Amino acid sequence: MSATATMQAGMGTATRRGETAVHCKGVTKHYGEGTSKVWALRGIDLEIGAGELTMLVGPSGCGKTTLISVVAGILDRDDGECTVFGRDFTRMSASEKTRFRGENVGFVFQQFNLLPTLTAAENVAVPLMILGKGRSAAVKQGAEMLEKVGLKDKLKSLPSQLSGGQQQRVAIARALVHEPKLIVCDEPTSALDHDTGHVIMRMLKNVALNESRSLVIVTHDARIFEFADKIAKMDDGRIKEVSNGVAEVARRNGGGGGGGAGH
Amino acid sequence: MMSVALKMLVGDKLKYIGLVAGIAFAAMLVVQQAGILVGLAQQTGSFIRDTSQADLWVMESQVRFSQDVLPISDGTLLRTRGIEGVDWAVPMYQGFLKARLEDGTRATMILIGLDDATLMGGPPEMVSGRLADLRTDKAVLIDHDARDTKLKLKRSPRPEGEPAGLRVGDSFAINDVEVRVAGEYRASKSFFWEPVVYTTYSRALQIAPRERKLMTYLMVKVKDGHDKREVAERIRAATGLEARTSDEFIRITADYILTETGILVNFALAVGLGFLVGTLVSGQMLYNFTLDNLRYYGTLKAMGASNLRLVGMVLVQAVVVACIGYGIGLGAGSLLGKVVGDAGLAFSMPWQVPVGGFVAITLCCVIAGLISVIRVLQLEPAVVFRS
Repeated sequence: MSATATMQAGMGTATRRGETAVHCKGVTKHYGEGTSKVWALRGIDLEIGAGELTMLVGPSGCGKTTLISVVAGILDRDDGECTVFGRDFTRMSASEKTRFRGENVGFVFQQFNLLPTLTAAENVAVPLMILGKGRSAAVKQGAEMLEKVGLKDKLKSLPSQLSGGQQQRVAIARALVHEPKLIVCDEPTSALDHDTGHVIMRMLKNVALNESRSLVIVTHDARIFEFADKIAKMDDGRIKEVSNGVAEVARRNGGGGGGGAGH
Repeated sequence: MMSVALKMLVGDKLKYIGLVAGIAFAAMLVVQQAGILVGLAQQTGSFIRDTSQADLWVMESQVRFSQDVLPISDGTLLRTRGIEGVDWAVPMYQGFLKARLEDGTRATMILIGLDDATLMGGPPEMVSGRLADLRTDKAVLIDHDARDTKLKLKRSPRPEGEPAGLRVGDSFAINDVEVRVAGEYRASKSFFWEPVVYTTYSRALQIAPRERKLMTYLMVKVKDGHDKREVAERIRAATGLEARTSDEFIRITADYILTETGILVNFALAVGLGFLVGTLVSGQMLYNFTLDNLRYYGTLKAMGASNLRLVGMVLVQAVVVACIGYGIGLGAGSLLGKVVGDAGLAFSMPWQVPVGGFVAITLCCVIAGLISVIRVLQLEPAVVFRS
C-alpha cells in the first residue's frame, strides 16, 4: 500500500470519550439466495461512543456475530450506513480495508485462535509483524504487553502449555499490542469458568478500555453484563433494546432500574 | 511474517516430518532412477569412450550403434589414408563369436582385432601383461572384471582355492581356434553383456568365419589444424561410408539403445511415476497442511494480513519443505546410487540430474502450495468468528 493510501486508511485524528466510534444506521445483511435466503441483519441502528464497552447480547442466530463482523470490516453489509471512527468500509479498496483492520481493529476470539506453534510473546507480536515491524522488535513489544496482562513468566510458553484463562489473556494482549481504536470480542468468556471470566473482563475493562478506544463484545454470558457501559439486545436481526449494564444487572436481579434506551 | 510461516511449518513435528519424508521419497526416486538412466546411457558409449585415440570412426552408413557389426571393404583403408587431413587410419575388426572354455563351457563374446603394427584402439588400462603381448603366439587379452563372471568355468569347477575363471596363460578356443590369455585389461563398465576379448587384426581374421568383407571400423586420426567435420565430410564423399566423431558415435549408440530397446520409455515411466507419486503425496500433504491451518490464516487475514503476504507465507513453506525434502532425497538417492554403482550396475549423476530434480521437485511443491493457497485466498476473514 502507498503512503497516501496508508494515511487514508488510518485514523487521522485522535478520538476522545464521547465521540462516535461506530455509527450504524439501517444496516442489513443476508446469507444465501432464493429459498435458502436468510436475513441476518434487518436494519441495525447502533451508536457506540469512544471509550465505551458495548455488549451485543441475544439468542443464537440473532445476528450478533454478523454485526461485529460488519463493524470490524471483515464482512460487507448489503445496505445501510456504517462508519467506524468516521470511515466507511464500503468506500475503501480491499487493500485499504485490510490495512485499516490491521492498524485499528483488535480481535479477541471465543477459541482464542492463537497460533499453536508460536510462543505467547510471538503470538502477541503477530499484529505488529503484519504491520511491518521486525520480528525481534515485535516480540520484545509483545513481551512487554504480556507483562501488562500478568503473563511475564509465560513469554516462551506455547498455547498448549497455558490454561484457558491464560490463553485468553494472551489473546487480549495480542488485540492490544498495536494499540487499535476498536476491539471486537466474540464470546471472550464462554470457554472460561466464572472466576476466570471475571478476571478477563476486569482486564478488558481496565487494560483495554480507555477514552479513545471502544470495545464491542458479543456474549451470551449474563454474568459479565455488569462490566458493560451499554448492552444492545438483539433478536431476529434487529436491536430490540439498548440499556446500560448496571440497569440490566439490576433488572436481572429483580431490582428493576432505569437507564434503558428503547430502540 | 516469514518467521511465522516457518514456525507454523516446523512447529507441528509430525506433519512436518511427513511432508519432508514424502518429498524426500519423491526426490530419491527421481534422482536414483534418472541416475541409473544416465548411467546406462553412458555405458552404451563406454567402448567408444575408452578407445579415445581416434578422432573419427569410419563405418557402414547403416550402422546404428557401436556393436552393430556391418563390415566394410578392406580397400577403404588405403583410400581413407589418402584423404587430405587424415593423419593416420587403422582397421578394427569387431565380431560376435562363440568361445569354448577348457571345461566345455560355451559363451558368446565380442572379439576386437587391433591393427597389428600400432595396436591402436586397445583397452584403456592393463591389469596384468602388456598390450604388446598381443604380438605373441595365439595371444588374446581378457577383461579382468569378466574373468570370474562372464568367463567363469561352469561344468567342472576347479578345486577349492583354484580360480573360477580364466587366468593369464590359460588357453581356450574362439570359433574352434585355440587362443591363449596373454594379459588382462580393465575397461569402463559397458551396457553390453558379452565379454570383450582383444587380439590383433590379422589373428582376428584367422579366427573369424570367412566373409567377403571383415573390417568393421576404420579408426582415423585427423591432422592438427584440420577440422574433424570437414575431414569426415571428405571421407564420406570419397568412400561412400559414414564417418563419425567419437561424440556422434556415442550419441547415436545411446539414442538407438535407449529408444529401440524401450529402456528410455521404461525409465522415463519410472522417473515419471516416482515424480507423480511423490508430487501427489507431497502435494496432498502440503494442501492438507494449509487446510489444517486455514483457521489461523483466517485469523491473520482478519488481523490485517494481506492476501499477498499469506501467499508468500504458503510459498515460503512450500519452497523450504521442498529444499529440505529434496536435500534428504538427493542424499539418499546418491547413497543408493553408490551402492548400486559399487555392485557394478549403471549409475551416474552429472550436475544436470540434481539440478533438474531440484527444479522439478521445487516446482511441484510450489504448484501444490499455489493450489492450496487458493483456499486461503477464498477464505472470508469472517470465518474466524464461526466456532
